[in-house]
Amino acid sequence: MATLTLLQAVNDALKTAMRDDPNVVVFGEDVGPKGGVFLATEGLTKEFGENRCFDTPLSEDGIVGAGIGMALNGLKPVCEIQFQDFIFPAFDQIVSEAAKFRYRSGGQYTCPMVIRTPYGGGIRGGLYHSQSGEAYFCHTPGLKVVIPSTPYDAKGLLLASIDDPDPVLFLEPKALYRQLKGEVPEGRYKVDLSTLRTVREGRNVTVFCYGAMVPVCQRAADQAAEKGIESLVVDLRTLLPLDEEGVIEAAKQTGRVVVVHEAPRFCGFGGEISALIAEHAIEYMEAPVVRVTGFDTPFPNTLEHHYMPDERRVLDAIEHVHGF
Amino acid sequence: MAASQLLTVIEPDGGVNGHDVGMTNDELLHCYRTLLRTRAFDDTCMKLQRSGRIGFSIPNKGVEATQIGAAAALRRTDWLFPSYRDFGMALYHGVPMVEMMHNMFGNARDGAKGRQMPVHFSFVEPVKFVSISSPIGTHIPQAVGAAYAMKQRGEDTVALASFGDGGTSSLGFHSGLTFAGVWKAPVVFLCQNNQWAISCPSSKQTASESYAIKGKAYGVPGVLVDGNDVLAVRQATLAAVERARRGGGPTLIEAFTFRMAGHSTSDDPSRYVPKEQFAEWEKKDPVLRFEKFLAKKKLWNEDLRAQWTTEALAEVDAAAKIAEATPRPGIESIFSDVYADVPAHIRKQGEAAFDLARRKGDASAGDGKFPL
Repeated sequence: MATLTLLQAVNDALKTAMRDDPNVVVFGEDVGPKGGVFLATEGLTKEFGENRCFDTPLSEDGIVGAGIGMALNGLKPVCEIQFQDFIFPAFDQIVSEAAKFRYRSGGQYTCPMVIRTPYGGGIRGGLYHSQSGEAYFCHTPGLKVVIPSTPYDAKGLLLASIDDPDPVLFLEPKALYRQLKGEVPEGRYKVDLSTLRTVREGRNVTVFCYGAMVPVCQRAADQAAEKGIESLVVDLRTLLPLDEEGVIEAAKQTGRVVVVHEAPRFCGFGGEISALIAEHAIEYMEAPVVRVTGFDTPFPNTLEHHYMPDERRVLDAIEHVHGF
Repeated sequence: MAASQLLTVIEPDGGVNGHDVGMTNDELLHCYRTLLRTRAFDDTCMKLQRSGRIGFSIPNKGVEATQIGAAAALRRTDWLFPSYRDFGMALYHGVPMVEMMHNMFGNARDGAKGRQMPVHFSFVEPVKFVSISSPIGTHIPQAVGAAYAMKQRGEDTVALASFGDGGTSSLGFHSGLTFAGVWKAPVVFLCQNNQWAISCPSSKQTASESYAIKGKAYGVPGVLVDGNDVLAVRQATLAAVERARRGGGPTLIEAFTFRMAGHSTSDDPSRYVPKEQFAEWEKKDPVLRFEKFLAKKKLWNEDLRAQWTTEALAEVDAAAKIAEATPRPGIESIFSDVYADVPAHIRKQGEAAFDLARRKGDASAGDGKFPL
C-alpha cells in the first residue's frame, strides 16, 4: 500500500484504468506532455502514447462535445476541464447532450464518460479559479456528480466513475490535492457511487459535508468533542444520485443537523439536504437545520479565508444546534 | 471545387456537362424514389399536423436533393449526425417509414419512447442516425469525437455532421471545425445553406463571403455546391468522404439551397421571405431538376412519377395509420433510461405518480399542440 496525495491518487486511478482498458482516453488542455496544470495526468502520454493522452485546443465545448462523440462510438473518454470555473462553455454539452442521450434515444445511444475538473477555493484563485458549481449540475437528471475527499476515495471513486455506464462529473477539491496524504491500495479497487462515508461517529450532532469541507468539519468536530459534543460527520461523496436513505438515517440518529459546503447558500446543495430532512425526518428533529456555506456573493480573492467555511464557523453551528 | 465556385452537375437541359456521374441506373432510381418518398412523408406530416393528429413537424420541401445526394455518398457503416431537417437521409439508408412515423406520433413504439418532439429521430439500424437534439450545433463536435474513435481504431468509416446556415454561428461549429482540423478527423461537415435561419437571412447571419470559405481558417477545405442538384451534392460529398477515408481529414461542404416552406409547422414564412424568392426557387425544385436528368437518360416519364408518388403516399398513409393506432407509452417510460439503472429517488417518484394515477385518475393530456 502506497501513501499518496489526493492528486497522486487521481493519477494512479487514471493509469490503472488506462492499463486495464485500451478504450480509455484522457484529454484536455495541457494534459499531454506537461501532465496538466496540477500534474494530475503526469506521465500518461509517456506511458500510453499521444493517441491515449493528448492536448486539445482551448475549448471546453469542444473537449466535452468530442468526448461525447467518442463515448457514443465505443471509447471511454476521461476529459479534463482545467478549472471548474471554465466549464460553462461546455454546459450545453453536459446538460443538453451527455446527460440526455440515453433518455432521448430510448437507450440506443449512451454516454459513458467522465469529466474531471478541480473545483473550490483555498488557493487564492479569486473569482475564476475557486468556484464550487456542483449545484448547477446536480439539477441535471442523467448526470452523476461525484466529489472525493480522501486519496483512497479519489482513486476508488474515479475508477468506479470510469466504469460507470453514464456520464459522471468528477469534481476534485483542489485545496486538498497536496494537503493530505493517505494509504491507497495498488491496482484496481472501486468505491461504489451513491454511498456515504462515515468520517466520524457521534451521537449529538450530524454534520453533512463533502470535498474540501470534510477535513474542516473533522477538525471542527474534534474541537466540539473537547467541549463534550460528539458529532457524526458524514461525507456525501456522491451528490447525484444521492443516497437519500442514508442521509435521512444519519439525520435521525442525532436530530440535530449542520450542512456544510463552500458554494453559495441560495439554491445550494445544503437546501436539498435540509428539504429531505424536513420531508422525511421532521419528527426526529430537535433543532432547525443550519447551513454553513459560502456567502451569496462571488468568490473573493484576498479575503477568501472569510468566504470559505472554516472550523470556527462549523464549530459555531455545531454548538448552536446542540444548544437549541 | 472551391469555396467560392459553385459546383453544378445537372444542366438546365438535364445534361451533365461531361461529368462522370459514376452511379448505376438502380442507384439513380433509388435516389429519385427517395426524393419522392421524402416529399410524400413531408407532405403527409404537414397535413397530419394541420388536422391536429400530430403536434409538430419540420418541412423538408426544397432541400431534399442535398440530403439524398449526401446520403448517397455514404456507406451504411458510416455515422450520421443529423439536424432535424434530414429525414431524407434516413429514408435513403432504409429506415422504415413506420419507424419514423412512430416518432411523429410519440407512441409506445417510438425509439425515443415519446420523450422527444416529432422529427427528433434516433436510429441505430440500418444506419447510425444519431439521436437529434434541438440545440443548434451541439452535434458538430460530437461527430468529430465519433470520427476520432474511428481513426483511433483504424477503421475506414467516416462521420457526417449536417447543419444549417444558422448552425455556422454556433459554438459547436467553431469547436467542431477547430478540433477536426487539428486532429485530421475523418469527418464531413455538411452546411445546408437554405438561406434562412427561421426568419434570419444569411445577410444577418454572417459577413463572410460564403459559408464554405469559413473552413479555410480552420485548415478545413471548403466546397460550395448546388444543393438542389443531387449529383453535385453526391459528387462533392463523395470526394470529401474518400479524402476522409484516406486519412486526409475533414471537409466543409456548403450546399446552396432553399427551404420552400416555413421553418416548422409553427412558422409562417410569408412574414419574412419575399414572394419573388419563393417563385424563383419553385422553378429550381430539386425533384424537377433530377427528373430532367433522368429523362435525358431515358429513365423517367410522367407515369413513373405518378406511380411512385402514389405508392409513397400510400406507404406514408399506412405508416401513419399504424402509428396513430399504437398506444401512448406507459407512465413508467418517464422514469426509465435516465440512467442505466433506475436510482432510488427516481423509482420513488415513479411509484408516487402511479399511486396518484390509481387514486385520482390520469393527468389530462392537453391538446398536444406546440403553441409557438
